[in-house]
Amino acid sequence: MKFPMRKTRAGSVLALAGMLALAGCGASDPLANEPSTGASGDAGKTVVVGSQAYYSNEIIAEIYAQALEKAGFTVERQFNIGQRDAYMPQLENGSIDIMPEYTGNLLQYFEPDTTARATDDVYDELGKALPDSLAVLDQAQASDQDSYTVTEKFAKDNGLASIEDLAKVSEKLTLGGPPELAERPYGPKGLSKTYGIDAAFSATGDTTVEDLVAGTVNVGNVFTADPRIKTENLVVLKDPKALFLASNVVPVVEADMSDDLAAVLNPISAKLSAEALIDLNVQSTVDQKSAEDIASAWLGSNS
Amino acid sequence: MNWILENLDLIGTLALEHLRQSLWAIAAGFLISLPLGWAAWRYRSLRGLVVTGTGLLYTIPSLALLMILPVVTGMSAISEANLIVSLTVYALAIMVRCVVDGLDSVDPQTRSAATAMGYGPGRRFAAVELPLAGPVILAGLRVTAVSTISLATVGILVGVTNLGYLFTNGLQRRIIPEVLAGVLAVALIALLIDLLLVLAGRWLMPWTTARPQRARRARNSAPEAVGTR
Amino acid sequence: MNLLRDAFSWLTDPAQWTGASSLLLLLGQHLMYTAIAVALAAVIAIPLGWAIGHTGRGREIAVAVSGLARAVPSFGLLILLVLLAGVLHKPEAAVITFVLLAIPSILAGAYTGLESIDRKTIDAARAMGMTEREILAKVEIPLGLPLLVGGLRSAILQVAATVTIAAYVNLGGLGLPIITGLNLRRYDMVLGGALLVAALALVLELLMALAQRMSVPRGLRSTSTAGPPAEPAGRGADHANTTELHRDRTVERTRT
Repeated sequence: MKFPMRKTRAGSVLALAGMLALAGCGASDPLANEPSTGASGDAGKTVVVGSQAYYSNEIIAEIYAQALEKAGFTVERQFNIGQRDAYMPQLENGSIDIMPEYTGNLLQYFEPDTTARATDDVYDELGKALPDSLAVLDQAQASDQDSYTVTEKFAKDNGLASIEDLAKVSEKLTLGGPPELAERPYGPKGLSKTYGIDAAFSATGDTTVEDLVAGTVNVGNVFTADPRIKTENLVVLKDPKALFLASNVVPVVEADMSDDLAAVLNPISAKLSAEALIDLNVQSTVDQKSAEDIASAWLGSNS
Repeated sequence: MNWILENLDLIGTLALEHLRQSLWAIAAGFLISLPLGWAAWRYRSLRGLVVTGTGLLYTIPSLALLMILPVVTGMSAISEANLIVSLTVYALAIMVRCVVDGLDSVDPQTRSAATAMGYGPGRRFAAVELPLAGPVILAGLRVTAVSTISLATVGILVGVTNLGYLFTNGLQRRIIPEVLAGVLAVALIALLIDLLLVLAGRWLMPWTTARPQRARRARNSAPEAVGTR
Repeated sequence: MNLLRDAFSWLTDPAQWTGASSLLLLLGQHLMYTAIAVALAAVIAIPLGWAIGHTGRGREIAVAVSGLARAVPSFGLLILLVLLAGVLHKPEAAVITFVLLAIPSILAGAYTGLESIDRKTIDAARAMGMTEREILAKVEIPLGLPLLVGGLRSAILQVAATVTIAAYVNLGGLGLPIITGLNLRRYDMVLGGALLVAALALVLELLMALAQRMSVPRGLRSTSTAGPPAEPAGRGADHANTTELHRDRTVERTRT
């Protein structure tokens, strides 16, 4: 019988593993990923920068993060947090301090029925609509707003220049976009309400542009700063009845930190032009550079 | 492939995150499944409830669990803890059943022999039953480890960063090597952990590797002979 | 349990059961992908598994390849295949992903089923003058059936649970309300979708448990020792793999 020997080896390893697990839980607490909340304004100037799960938003967030680091802040990155509905609660409860946002979409999040459409109206309304704990800093000229976009050929064949013209299209309209577009105010329901145009919806998600080019959908919900609008010869339809809001890049921050942060981030927003944003996106998708490299290069030549 | 070479840092960082998240879930699943599996095996009345109950957990789609668990536990949906607890739930779905199966596989006569030698229930479990159930439990642990490591990637859809980032980010940017790197890195980590488990099993249970030789020598004896030896 | 009540009222709202993304349609898509993937995987894995089980050769390779297949993350593979094949071939990409997911369990079920048979039974068949082909068709396959059905059962459960990610690349299925709800923070949609997937998995599981019980050859049912007893619903996904090891030991014992 060799039981005792086995018992010691197997048993002790098991016990050790258990102790490690328990010790780990207590000491280093790797499960506690929650960034510190509350009193983030003072002591040590630690700020948490968040980003959407959208490569372009991540680049802007990285620019903010690096600029803040240069200005002496300690920065924690909490990138890729999905959609607005996912991270807004985190922003409101203070576990994220800064988020690159888009004025129009953010306003519509708080005020789905808002009538503001022009850039400055949207920005003013947004300031009022935000909860007291949050504030927006200066907006950039760069915008990355939703649009209804078609291929050049489809536009030519049907004589399309604006969303209104879609009424002339004889074939069945299928609108491609992220799954949640089905429920958004500017989604198929908004298209029908504002323009009286009915389109089927297809949840093409991250491959909307590919689907548009391949023809599985004939109208796509494409962001206007997408470099492929140029490279794939897409046509952004005009929006005379203002289904979409102007949506400029803007940092949303904890209100009690806004003065400190404005000093660093407002100069950045002042330099972020529409062309600059598209160029940043091209560097990511075409040149395949990392957000970190793109951000540091941009900051290097813009400060 | 240039992308992979230029981003080895990123891949490495994500791989470490991924490994850390997965290992916590695998370890927690393993440690919780032992008492749970033992109780289910020991008390017949609990058995159906525990085995079926934990097994049912596997039918919950992972995306949904990642969203709903925070509502129940009060954790933040985008926290690593949420992902680790979710993965632990799936680990339990596989492991509990394997612990029960493993304990079932222990020859009752061996157990009786241990009792006859004066082993109490606790000592008998640690020194006889658990080691003998080891091979089946190890097999379950290997499956758990591989599936946990692969499943962890969906964490990115709720905002927990790990190798899954390479999938969604690669899709948005149309960088095929980025997605490929993610798939390969996950597979490599899974195979590596699997290998380590096999080696750990050999070290902890040396008799499992010795068996084939014994079996060969005893080739002509009746099957019952092994059981009664 | 407000959450659960919300989910139920979402589920029972007639609006969810009509129109272009009606739950009925999504359920149909979900079942279709599950059925196609498992059927294709079965066509590939069963003959292969029987060949391995009958000849006793190639087992190491099968184990290694299965291990590798299990290690590949379905979510990543699906995205990779969509990027490689293009958006026009999304369905094919999804089917390949799910077939790969289903193969290991079915393969293991097929060869462990044959390996679990008492060698003496097969020797007896050989002594009676049966050809190898007859042994396979009349002895090995019927006796190995319960474990094969067990492998299919694992595969179906795994694929049915994983088809939810198909919605991420616009292939519908019951994952669609989950993914949409995820982005909208609509817990009723997420939970409603999840309940449907779980219910579907349960029904499939019960059906397969029944099939597994029926697959025990009639002659063995009353005194059954060969077939595993019907197991409770909701087994772990890769149970066939652990059964495999379990059987290994049985096999060794019966072979000595």
